[in-house]
Amino acid sequence: MALKASELKVGDTYSECLVEDLSRTQIVMYAGASGDYNPVHTDQLFTEKVAGYPSVFAHGMLTMGMTGRMVTNYVGDGRLTKYGVRFTSQVWPGDTLNSTATVEEISDGIVNLKVETTNQDGAMVLSGYAIAKVD
Amino acid sequence: MSIDKFPIEASHIMMFARSVADDNQIYYDENYAKGTEVGSIIAPPTFPQASAQFDPDYFLRPKVGEDWFGSGKEPTSVKRESSGGGGGGGGLHAEQHFEYHRHLKPGDVLTGTTQPGKTWEKEGKRSGKLVFSETVTEYRDQNGELVITATGVGVRTERPVDQ
Repeated sequence: MALKASELKVGDTYSECLVEDLSRTQIVMYAGASGDYNPVHTDQLFTEKVAGYPSVFAHGMLTMGMTGRMVTNYVGDGRLTKYGVRFTSQVWPGDTLNSTATVEEISDGIVNLKVETTNQDGAMVLSGYAIAKVD
Repeated sequence: MSIDKFPIEASHIMMFARSVADDNQIYYDENYAKGTEVGSIIAPPTFPQASAQFDPDYFLRPKVGEDWFGSGKEPTSVKRESSGGGGGGGGLHAEQHFEYHRHLKPGDVLTGTTQPGKTWEKEGKRSGKLVFSETVTEYRDQNGELVITATGVGVRTERPVDQ
């Protein structure tokens, strides 16, 4: 189900809701699977009293991982050649995230996408790019 | 950091896919995966991050017989000088980039070698001085072929980021 270059044009977009009301349990699942057990993601007591944040917050890589799902749902499996992001704001339990890929360039069987993920307040939490092979 | 052995396993891929709420069956079902263009289960794009599980020295994992800086009865079990806020033990993750030379599948066994990259500083409005540092990890497969290049950028802040 890969994209076809002939059917793409610059400015095309694809969007998904990544998560509604992000649960602390989802963050715990990410800690367990990824192996990043930094207590700022799962340990409220530590995060408030030692790290100085109001609440635990999601791993940036959880947001990148969920955003990657949007990207692979769009470009197809095994098609990515590059995927990179900058984490621009923290993501908190209870956040609802939406993510959009925008076609920036199509050439030689490759599509360049701008990738952006925002929270329920419209604040950007992640911005980046994905490059994928297309048919 | 270096990782001598990062075995790519189907059950780990399944758990990782669940953790990023991705129900694409190519991460779960071998029979489904056989019928796809790719032809086998593959790992999700950010899966190389889970190599931390196989890094013997990874400092964001509690280890048997060692103090852990997260809370037990008290907010931290470690008595030490403050590291200057901003994410507790590990600073914050500022950027992550992956280059896929090919996609990972169960049965692959990777090694990972990490080199330090650039470092730079910036004055942040919400968190004081920011010190950025880049690391570049090359993952090679059982044949010595480069399969993934991962570039991470970490940031240490002078104080926790204002909300």
